[in-house]
Amino acid sequence: MHTPSTSTAPDSGRQILLSHFDDLEQQNLSSTLGMWFFLVSEVMFFSGLIAAYAVYRGLSPEAFHLASRHMDKWWGFANTLVLLTSSLTMALAVRATQTGDRRAIVRNLLWTAVLGSAFLGVKVFEWKAEIDHHLFPGKHFVVPDHDEEHLKEYLEKTDGHVDPVKLEREKGRFQLMFVLYFFMTGVHAFHMIVGIAAVVLFALLTHFKWFSGYGQTQTESLGLYWHFVDVVWVFLYPLLYLIE
Amino acid sequence: MSSHPHLGQSKTAHHITHHITPVKTYRIIFILLGLLLFATVLASELPLSRSGHLIVAMTIAMIKAVLIVLFFMHVYYSAPLTWVIAAGSFLWVGLLLAFLTSDYISRGWLHNILGK
Repeated sequence: MHTPSTSTAPDSGRQILLSHFDDLEQQNLSSTLGMWFFLVSEVMFFSGLIAAYAVYRGLSPEAFHLASRHMDKWWGFANTLVLLTSSLTMALAVRATQTGDRRAIVRNLLWTAVLGSAFLGVKVFEWKAEIDHHLFPGKHFVVPDHDEEHLKEYLEKTDGHVDPVKLEREKGRFQLMFVLYFFMTGVHAFHMIVGIAAVVLFALLTHFKWFSGYGQTQTESLGLYWHFVDVVWVFLYPLLYLIE
Repeated sequence: MSSHPHLGQSKTAHHITHHITPVKTYRIIFILLGLLLFATVLASELPLSRSGHLIVAMTIAMIKAVLIVLFFMHVYYSAPLTWVIAAGSFLWVGLLLAFLTSDYISRGWLHNILGK
C-alpha cells in the first residue's frame, strides 16, 4: 500500500517515512496534530459535563458542599499522585523512544499500566463505599439524615422557614451531585481503561519490534492521550472532592 | 515538497531536529505537580469564603494543567500550529462557561426589568 522511502534495518531507530510526507519531522507533526484535534473534541465532551456541574453547583452550593463531604479527599489525593506518577513514567517512555532505549520504553510503559490500574483499583474501592452507603443515584438513593438536617438549617437560615418544595429541590440537587460524580469519574475511568489497554498493547508491540524505529510517533500520540486523561483528573479532583 | 527547499514550511521541517527533553526537566515538573497537589488539598482546609476556595482550587488546577500540557505533552517545544490547537481548546471551554454562566446569572434581572 505505502512505499517506504527510507530503508529500515531492525533497530536502526529510523521510522518508515510514508510517501505522502516530506520527511519524518512532518510525519510526526501531522500525527501529533491529529491527536491534538481528537483531544480538543474530548475537551469539549468533558466541558459539557463540567458546565452542567457549574450551573447546578451555582444554584445549590450547600447541597453540593454536603454531597462532596462524602468523598474522601485523602484517597483522592493519593490517587491523583498515582496518576501524576503514571504521567511521569509515560513521559519517560516517550523519551526512551527518542533515545532508542527499547528496554526503557517497555519498562516505563508497563509501569504506566500498573499505576493506571492502581488508580482504577482505588476508584472501585471508593465507588463501592459510596454504593454501600446508598449514595448511588436511583431507586436506592437515600439522603443521609444529618445531610437533610443541614439542608433544613440552611433553608431556615436563608429564608427564615423550611419550604418543603425547596427542601425537596435541594435533596434532588444533593443526589444530582452524585449523578455528576459517578458519571464524570465513570467516563474518566472508561478513558483510563482504554488507555491502559493501549499502553499494554504498545509495550508488547515495542517488545516484539513491531514499530519501525522505536515507534517514536506512535508512542508520542499515545502519550498525549494519557496526559490528557491526567489533565481531566486534575480538574475533576478539586471539583468533586474539595468543596469546603 | 523537498524539491522546493525554500518554501517556509518544508524548510523549517527539514531543519528541526527532534527535541529530547532531559530527564531532569520531567522530574522537576513532576515534583512541582506533587507540591501543587499538596497545596490544593491544604488550601481546601483554609478558612476562605466558598468562592475564594473555588478560585484558589481552579487556579492551582490550571497551573498544573499548563505544566502538563507544556512539558509532558511537549507543547513548549512544538510547532506553532500545536500551540494554537492547545490554546484553542482552553478558549472554547472559556467561551462555553462564560456564555452559560452569564445566562444563568442574568435570568433574574430580566424579571426585574419587566416589573413582575
